[in-house]
Amino acid sequence: MNEVTEYFSDIFKGVRSLLKGMSVTGYYFLHPKEIITQQYPENRDVLKVPERFRGELVMPHTADNQHRCTGCSACQLACPNGSIIIVSDRVETPEGKKKKVIDKHVYNLAMCTFCNLCVRACPTDAIVMSNDFEHATYDRGELIKILNQPGSKVLEGIEE
Amino acid sequence: MKILSIYDFSNLTQAIHTWLSGKMSVVSTQVVEMILVGTVFLLFFAVLGLVLVYAERKVCAIIQVRLGPMRVGKWGTAQTLADFIKLVFKEPLITRDADKFLFNLAPFIIIIASFMAVAVMPFAKGLQAMDFDIGLFYISAVSSIGVTSILVAGWASNSKYSLIGAIRSGAQILSYELSAGLSLLTIVILTGSLQLSEIVESQADGWWIWKGHVSSIIAFVIFIIAGTAETNRGPFDMAEAESELTAGFHTEYSGIKFAFFFLAEYVNMFIIAAIGATVFFGGWMPLHVGNFEAFNNIMDYIPSVVWFFMKVSAIIFLMMWFRWTFPRLRIDQLLTLEWKYLLPLSLMNILLMAFLSLMGWHF
Repeated sequence: MNEVTEYFSDIFKGVRSLLKGMSVTGYYFLHPKEIITQQYPENRDVLKVPERFRGELVMPHTADNQHRCTGCSACQLACPNGSIIIVSDRVETPEGKKKKVIDKHVYNLAMCTFCNLCVRACPTDAIVMSNDFEHATYDRGELIKILNQPGSKVLEGIEE
Repeated sequence: MKILSIYDFSNLTQAIHTWLSGKMSVVSTQVVEMILVGTVFLLFFAVLGLVLVYAERKVCAIIQVRLGPMRVGKWGTAQTLADFIKLVFKEPLITRDADKFLFNLAPFIIIIASFMAVAVMPFAKGLQAMDFDIGLFYISAVSSIGVTSILVAGWASNSKYSLIGAIRSGAQILSYELSAGLSLLTIVILTGSLQLSEIVESQADGWWIWKGHVSSIIAFVIFIIAGTAETNRGPFDMAEAESELTAGFHTEYSGIKFAFFFLAEYVNMFIIAAIGATVFFGGWMPLHVGNFEAFNNIMDYIPSVVWFFMKVSAIIFLMMWFRWTFPRLRIDQLLTLEWKYLLPLSLMNILLMAFLSLMGWHF
């Protein structure tokens, strides 16, 4: 290709790519329904939080107060900020063996960066990220949470 | 054409002039008229700034799939007013060792330049503060005074960001002035006059963008690119490239002086759009299509001011669309675009237009 045709084809290519960009933004301008902004405090009742949004770490419990956490400390090791501390306990099984069970799953929300590494590290899917994001409190101490409910037990058959 | 006369503002202005002349001497009539026109433009600028900033924020938001200002007033309409009040009450800071006189002078130069440019704008038939024979030339002359302000502001701020921004802006505006002027000259070949009212009158049977076909369209594209560059707006906002120069030439400005620069940017955008509308799209001329008498008559019923502002807002929207679509050019790319592409193209285009006009191949 000689220089003159290259010069003009450059111009046409440039104009074409600019028009392509303008058609994308033009589409969004003409389709205000695509707007994803939510008017937060006003629309609290109808607020739609995306499913994968990471609000805080929670441990789901079944109806009869059972969870899936074995106290293996994998999440504690995976956490880059040290915002999870597993306090474990040893109990005697009916067979007379000593067995490690969870006493407290301490989660410090104030130090969490919501990186999701603990959820990925958990071998029993005991912890998940919830969508709840309204965490404001007047006392920092309230941000240190114990995830397993008092009196809860580990679900039968998880450890096998 | 008969219907147009009800929207003719020259009767009104003439009536004011006669009434004033009857009351006082010639000199004081002149002074009072100047003050009146100045006040009207001052109010117009204030309203223009508020409306355009709001429009820009909304357009930008919708393009970026956001809502934009929504809290102050219905749909956030009072947001710019609130911002303006905030700016007025802010402390006007001056950097240490800054050249105080030039620092304070710079915002006024840029506003005065915009004032001078808007003076010859034909808003409607007979609604024009001054009608110079060399209107178009005058506009391109005074609109380049603005760059002095940017250079002065950058120099006087005693800040490296401001200085780099100002120098870049100087290089940019000087370069783009050329193709902006040449693309306007392309149309002047057809009109045969630089007087803005005459340019508008010459488009009574069709706008130049249509009558000059290929050449006019190329000229318009070049004009809108060069015009965007002259107003220092994205994708040519090298003077204030936020990511590299914090805010460029107005980094050190605050309060009302910053508001002046901010207002001047939007007024200049309006001026560029108004020149574009006047020269390429027939200014306040209604849309006329050939011999469709009925259609043309209906179009005549829309006041000329409305036509003018409709065209101007369409071009302003185009400029906003550019700004929020294209990424910022690097300084060398910016100058390459002007000197290697726009300038040769506009020179070729002016030759083409001269040829078309010589052969009578335009409508």
